[in-house]
Amino acid sequence: MDLNTITYLVVGATFALYIGIAIWARAGSTGEFYVAGKGVHPVANGMATAADWMSAASFISMAGLIAFNGYGASVFLMGWTGGYVLLALLLAPYLRKFGKFTVPEFIGERFYSQTARLVAVVCLILASVTYVIGQMKGIGVAFSRFLETSYEVGLISGMGIVFVYAVLGGMKGITYTQIAQYVVLIFAYTIPAVFISMNLTGNPLPQLGLIGSMTDGSGLTMMEKLDQVVTDLGFSQYSENVLGSKLNMFVYTLSLMIGTAGLPHVIIRFFTVPKVKDARSSAGWALVFIAILYTTAPAVGSMARLNLMNTIQTGPVGEVTANLEYAKAPQWFYNWENTGLLQFEDKNGDGRIQYYNDKNAEMAAKAESFGWNGNEMTKVDRDIMVLANPEIAGLPNWVIAIVVAGGLAAALSTAAGLLLAIASSVSHDVVKGMINPNISEKSELLASRLSMVGAIALAGYLGFNPPDFAAGTVAIAFGLAASSIFPVLMMGIFNKNMNRSGAIWGMIAGIGVTMLYVFQHKGIFFVPGTAFLGDMSPNWFFGISPNAFGAIGALVNFAVAILVSKVTSAPPEHIQHLVEDIRVPKGAGGASDH
Amino acid sequence: MDTKAAQYWKANVRLLISLLLIWFVVSYGFGIILADALNVIRVGGVGLGFWFAQQGSIYIFIVLIFFYAARMNALDREFDVHED
Repeated sequence: MDLNTITYLVVGATFALYIGIAIWARAGSTGEFYVAGKGVHPVANGMATAADWMSAASFISMAGLIAFNGYGASVFLMGWTGGYVLLALLLAPYLRKFGKFTVPEFIGERFYSQTARLVAVVCLILASVTYVIGQMKGIGVAFSRFLETSYEVGLISGMGIVFVYAVLGGMKGITYTQIAQYVVLIFAYTIPAVFISMNLTGNPLPQLGLIGSMTDGSGLTMMEKLDQVVTDLGFSQYSENVLGSKLNMFVYTLSLMIGTAGLPHVIIRFFTVPKVKDARSSAGWALVFIAILYTTAPAVGSMARLNLMNTIQTGPVGEVTANLEYAKAPQWFYNWENTGLLQFEDKNGDGRIQYYNDKNAEMAAKAESFGWNGNEMTKVDRDIMVLANPEIAGLPNWVIAIVVAGGLAAALSTAAGLLLAIASSVSHDVVKGMINPNISEKSELLASRLSMVGAIALAGYLGFNPPDFAAGTVAIAFGLAASSIFPVLMMGIFNKNMNRSGAIWGMIAGIGVTMLYVFQHKGIFFVPGTAFLGDMSPNWFFGISPNAFGAIGALVNFAVAILVSKVTSAPPEHIQHLVEDIRVPKGAGGASDH
Repeated sequence: MDTKAAQYWKANVRLLISLLLIWFVVSYGFGIILADALNVIRVGGVGLGFWFAQQGSIYIFIVLIFFYAARMNALDREFDVHED
């Protein structure tokens, strides 16, 4: 069977499975729609949280960024796992004890203010929509390869699938579906990694292959070999390449960590466990399931880079025959060219591919003496690496088909979870909580479905010109969540004297500073051409990239909130009692059965 | 707040701070700030700083969460604030 047929079969089968589960468990009441009724076991909840959490950014995009940034991409690995420690220690048990549907609901009650609730809703929607843009980019890449079309057509098909998928089922459907999706995506991620690790290092465990030795007889370790291959072509050393600066890496990691603990679709998961103590361990289980992918990713990234370089540069640099002839390139090369995400331009007209760093002066001089006329791989979209990886390594077709299915599972599960968080804020917090408290369940569901449609359309539209690669776009979303939601949740629990004005001004200042910084470099609402300062490191504040700025926004949030709360009146007595109450597990009711 | 609840909260906060200290050291410390210095020590084919940044810190995060959950469950019982 050829690759296309197998891919259609595998993707079709997994979709049938998810949709089957969604219909079987179709949400009846509003309560079920949001939080899957009462009681999901911590291990099951952990697995579903992992699927919900690991999106196109983790599955499709991250290893590609690791492949091209090496050590510098550690910010994603640490940032997107370390946040669970903050979540488990600082937020999850208390929010579970509080026991409400949504994050803005907590903020509204704790800060006794509908304004605070509304500000939280706005912050949450900004972060979630940005996050969905990242998913749309990932889905667009996967569909363009799968349907063999351009990225744009892939994106539109993806929007259609997300629409059918997320609007049909509710959270209940999603919890069970997500367990299925986790299984699909983790197999899809690890199987090719095991094969490739085996091929290159003889060790089937990618985590050990990463630190292992090559089996090609060179006597080098995998990392030494990779460092050698990339530096020979003028690229910076893989194992030591820093992302911007150490300061930028520090701030970037911090932003992703606190963003993790501030994202509504993850926090909402901890409302659904039966008990407070389950909320603590649920975060641990989620991280176990996430870590399986995250500790595999460094091996996937480094080995994909090595295989890519070795495919194009087949022998010693400078030897004419050592550069791959375009006419003899493997099929994956042409397939990805069709999507527009991989571009080759034969600058010196020799019919061979030269892939090197022409920005490196020393290398450029050397290249000239070889008769090279600039880097000919004019575009290598980082987001194609994971999907192309099994093809580059020459793995069997069924493995490639599974990877496509896994990528779609990751992107869809997260997009659905996020859309649900957006829908519940709009319908539950705004429509029911503020505009019409007597709204019928039916109209509330309608409002939530309409808001999903709006979010899909907006994110899809912005997905045509995403601000960054999928993982970078998602990092911006984390920055927005980090700068707004996390600080007020934490102060709401740990600081009894934090009051209404402090919380409101803290959120506004935090997200305001972050948005200003992101928009001035990336364009207003990411619309191309509206950036008033170029997105280049010389324009960055202390060299901090816009993707990393959420941590600074969070600091501003904390500082403003504390200052404002000091000069305004303390929260009323009953709020102080509320805080004392959520600090102890005793007396927690059933999970969100309102 | 009565003294018992205050004590419980204090014990919780003390535990939090020590665990977050470890959290900080393994990621920001070993993985970023001290990475270059630690890379002199090799773990198989990679430097220790690199290994902490891409592998080690993640394993330790998991241990931290389960340790916290276990300690807190014990603390809940000790102070009699556990759920039924």
